[in-house]
Amino acid sequence: MNPDIIPADLMVFSMLAGLICGSALLCALSQDIVRSGFALLGTFGGVAGLYAFLGADFLMGAQLLIYVGGILILILFAVLLTQRIQHLDVTNKSVGLPAGLTIAAIIAGGVSLVALKTPWPTGPERAPNPTTARIGDALLTDYLLPFELASIVLLVSLVGAVVIARREVRPAGDS
Amino acid sequence: MPTIADIMPLTLAVGIPHLLTVSAFVFACGVICVTTRRNAVGVLMGVELILNSANINFVAFSRYGIGDISGHVFSVFVIVLAAAEATIALAIVLAIFARHRSIDLGDATTLKG
Repeated sequence: MNPDIIPADLMVFSMLAGLICGSALLCALSQDIVRSGFALLGTFGGVAGLYAFLGADFLMGAQLLIYVGGILILILFAVLLTQRIQHLDVTNKSVGLPAGLTIAAIIAGGVSLVALKTPWPTGPERAPNPTTARIGDALLTDYLLPFELASIVLLVSLVGAVVIARREVRPAGDS
Repeated sequence: MPTIADIMPLTLAVGIPHLLTVSAFVFACGVICVTTRRNAVGVLMGVELILNSANINFVAFSRYGIGDISGHVFSVFVIVLAAAEATIALAIVLAIFARHRSIDLGDATTLKG
């Protein structure tokens, strides 16, 4: 096969895009919450691969560590702690799926139309550079205030999560 | 409606339209999760999909558009905030489950007037 017919980057991108979109669709439409959770793993991993494809090395590491290794594990813990495993009925019911699909199709169609039709300004062709040092510099010079605010948000959310999820065993219907 | 002339650039080198289309699809899947799920953790999965689609957009524009590092920095903040929000949301879900033994959003009617 002539390698000039399909550019190599388009081939790699198509595989990553197929993984991401297929996993996202499975997560959205699955009737089993555990299957949705593992489809979310495919999506997060695909997005991490997309970051690597785009040269965002620090973001790929952050995605894998925080999203896959933190948020996804947390979601799976919550799924397993809140299911009555002995009941094998549908755990991830969808209500109003035709309306939801219509809204989602309109949104995706509209945004894709804008993405295809807009003459995006293309900058010069840049080789991917390591980004970690540049992100660190930016966080401590241009983006110092959001950095500090994000740290405060993290502190408050950690304390709040501990307070909310404390073990208070009270019967339901208690006023 | 997109014409053939609009689709043809998609078969050449990867650029902004490819990434925006993927991001729009993931966003749509997230919207489906948020609007149609009865399970609270399912709704949270949709929110994470939406945040990931925004991150793809940021990194795409940082790579193929303006070219500086601000897109990556914003993505870092989005990841941080997604982690904080997932923590709080799941703490709330677990607290509701401990009290009512169900996280079906149709059963959460205590505040209903």
